[in-house]
Amino acid sequence: MSDQPPTMLTQPQAATAARAGGGEKVLELAGVTVELGGRRILDDVAFSLRAGELTGLIGSNGAGKTTLLRVILGLLAPTAGSVTVNGPDARHSVGYVPQKFMLDPDLPVRARDLVALGIDGHRLGVPRPSRERRERVNRMLDAVGAGRFADARIGRLSGGEQQRVLIAHALINQPRLLLLDEPLANLDLRSAREVVDLLARIAREQRIAVMISAHEMNALLPVMDRVVYLADGRAACGRAEDVVRADVLSRLYGHRVEVIHVAGRVLVVAGEGDDAEPSHPHHLDPEEH
Amino acid sequence: MTRSPHTRTTWIPRSTETAVHALLRALVEPGFFADGAVQTAAVLGGVVAVVAGLIGVFTVIRSQAFAGHALSDIGSAGGSSAYLIGLAPLWGFVGISVLAAAAMERIGVQRARGRDVATGIVLGVGFALASLFLYLGMTYHNGSGEIPTILFGSVFTLSSSDLPLVIGLGAVALLVALTLYRPLLLASVSPELAAARGVRVRLVGAAYLLALAITVALCDLTIGAILSTALLVGPAAAALRLTSRPHRAALLAAGISLACTWLGLLLAWDSFYWPPLRHGWPVSFFIVTLVLIVYLAAGALARGRHLRG
Ligand SMILES: Nc1ncnc2c1ncn2[C@@H]1O[C@H](COP(=O)(O)OP(=O)(O)OP(=O)(O)O)[C@@H](O)[C@H]1O
Ligand SMILES: [Mg+2]
Repeated sequence: MSDQPPTMLTQPQAATAARAGGGEKVLELAGVTVELGGRRILDDVAFSLRAGELTGLIGSNGAGKTTLLRVILGLLAPTAGSVTVNGPDARHSVGYVPQKFMLDPDLPVRARDLVALGIDGHRLGVPRPSRERRERVNRMLDAVGAGRFADARIGRLSGGEQQRVLIAHALINQPRLLLLDEPLANLDLRSAREVVDLLARIAREQRIAVMISAHEMNALLPVMDRVVYLADGRAACGRAEDVVRADVLSRLYGHRVEVIHVAGRVLVVAGEGDDAEPSHPHHLDPEEH
Repeated sequence: MTRSPHTRTTWIPRSTETAVHALLRALVEPGFFADGAVQTAAVLGGVVAVVAGLIGVFTVIRSQAFAGHALSDIGSAGGSSAYLIGLAPLWGFVGISVLAAAAMERIGVQRARGRDVATGIVLGVGFALASLFLYLGMTYHNGSGEIPTILFGSVFTLSSSDLPLVIGLGAVALLVALTLYRPLLLASVSPELAAARGVRVRLVGAAYLLALAITVALCDLTIGAILSTALLVGPAAAALRLTSRPHRAALLAAGISLACTWLGLLLAWDSFYWPPLRHGWPVSFFIVTLVLIVYLAAGALARGRHLRG
């Protein structure tokens, strides 16, 4: 793995190239099926993620978002199907921010310690402090806007602050794939917006494939290149503009929703009346239209 | 016993000798530093204190104080069974602690809830065995002098022949903790985060439990099975109130633990001249009381700091 300090947010790389979908495939899932406790949680899920793209993993509570991310991470073996992370040293080229977990306020780990553990937390032995290492951590903390609380114990930070530190922890080793499980769940609108913008910039400038799970996609709509929808264990995926449509979403949510374009943004709102078709979301198959 | 105060001059700079000398003479009853039993106790107790402080920080971080306490209570079964068959207690302490740690790991010490259940089960079995062995030991050996030693320790009765084994075991525990330092810390923050980085969380946890079992056995030896948790957890908890950096906490805990042990030895030696005259109070009492005082002081200090901003 490269030991170079991250060139975070400084490379003037063309976001348009990413928008055009030119990135190489970083992750490929084919026919992934997961059964837990006799229940089929994921059913024949297939999609791929490309470098430089930001993908939303959308689904309601219990849809299987966390399960899918755990499969990608190799923490859970699928019942069937394959997961391929392209490139060398696959395991350490995936960064992960788990769904909100409780941190002990008295844990003697500062924000900067957790970020440093992102460099080599899996290695044996004690870390050797060095100026270069400290600066690399500082740069990373600044890049995610966490410099202010770098010396605070992580358990005492607010949800939004912890989120930034965890993102720094996941990013410092320059992964090619970054997975975030509900990173916006405890954030107010403004912080959510900031975190989303930050992640979008990271995806474009670092040429990283970023996948963000959410049960509510509004905050992601402005930046999302592609969407993977989970419902009933099946996934519908495609470019945001192909999937974020009234007919598709109404079927997916099981009730009528409207997709409104205002001021360059897409808003998804609950529609009038309840004349939605089926009460269960369906697989997004072309022939269903 | 040699009672020559002049042996002290070897470690006191000449210029300050008279002042320090006078102070020490007031503080320390004559002969403390020259006595062979004291020297052995200071070295053995010191080694154990340092190991306990360093390992204890992770015990507190991982919320495994209860497991540590259970291991030490079970240790009394080991110590008493060793006594029964005529082995040195340390072998009993180590053997039974490691076995109990393995049992706890099997039952499910990795999950917080399973951890308490597993610990409780093993704890109960340990106490039952301890009561049996102590009873049998008393019956067969026709004496009860060993029992307080097993339960409450007696660092002054240790012999210097124990030293190589104590140092060896301490080194093993420290080696495990130092080797696993980073994955252990990461897994203590979040097992999920560690697992995602390829850390084998369960293996790391099991290895740490082994280091904990060894450390507890060493504490059983010096301050006794009943009190050993205090030495394991007390200095670490005090240190964690004072610093937010893991390695500093570990070093600070080792320092606190060492200071409490040595000061405890000194007070126990002095207490030889307290009532009841010529009996001396148990050294473990002093050590544990000092640990408690430091813990409370650390809390006050941390609160004071917090109030000042
Ligand atoms: N170990 C397990 N054994 C049995 N069922 C499980 C297990 N883990 C998860 N499930 C089930 O799988 C389904 C999907 O869970 P998952 O955590 O992936 O949902 P999610 O989309 O992440 O939900 P949320 O938005 O609430 O985080 C749930 O119905 C859950 O009950
Ligand atoms: Mg989830």
